[in-house]
Amino acid sequence: MNNPVAVYILISIGVVFDLVGALGLIRLPDVYNRLQAATKCVTLGTCLILVGVVVASGWNAMGIKALLAAVFVLWTSPTGSHALARGAHIAGVPLWAGSVVDKYKEDTGR
Amino acid sequence: METLKRRLLDMSIIFVLWLLLTWSLDVQSVVAGAILAVLFALVLSGLLPARVTRLFSPVRWFWALMHLISLAFWIVLANFDVLYRVLHPNLPIRPGIVRVKTTLKSDEAKAFLANSITLTPGTLTIDIIDDWLYVHWINVHENLEDTEAITRDIAGRFEVTLRRVFD
Repeated sequence: MNNPVAVYILISIGVVFDLVGALGLIRLPDVYNRLQAATKCVTLGTCLILVGVVVASGWNAMGIKALLAAVFVLWTSPTGSHALARGAHIAGVPLWAGSVVDKYKEDTGR
Repeated sequence: METLKRRLLDMSIIFVLWLLLTWSLDVQSVVAGAILAVLFALVLSGLLPARVTRLFSPVRWFWALMHLISLAFWIVLANFDVLYRVLHPNLPIRPGIVRVKTTLKSDEAKAFLANSITLTPGTLTIDIIDDWLYVHWINVHENLEDTEAITRDIAGRFEVTLRRVFD
């Protein structure tokens, strides 16, 4: 393994952010807030773990696959959470009682 | 002619992706990749947006790089923001869905703006209708009706770079 210290640091930070994302899924009140935690933390956490894999394996079949996977995660995870949030709103999932404004409902009536 | 050029571009992108994923130059795998690239380019017609060729200019690529750098900064900040809100015992959130007016014109630019907004602190794009983005914000300002200030806070930081990349 190349440069084990860097690999351990990258993967540990990645795991910490993934953990915070998972905690956010449990602690935050409604589906939209939970998606926020899930998208941001899991994107960075997973990308850091994958970059750690790239550093560990170097430029070979595994490293390139991990790098491409990181790019795909960065690209698709916000798209996916947008689709989930929009679907939830159209299906009528209410916002948390403490929410202050819902312009989307005011404008579209959905 | 233009369609043919776009099909060839689709094919070469799929083929390069195949080569990277298999990471081997065996005759078998290269031939299989070439056949698959042709098949997929025919099936997925219009994989790339129209007028994609005008994106091939060094100036646009430079601004794409600038955008990636600023995006990386905001992603890291977004993660510490979530970390603070999730681990704080009182759960300091004030969520709501606000409206943001974008000045970007092309569909690709709007799509990238929506994705970038989702990855930055406390905001999640829910829908785009014409020039309006509907954004779930985890900590809405005191002043709810000030669309301009909200737009500046949420979208302003990316519009500068994205306009130079796509529009």
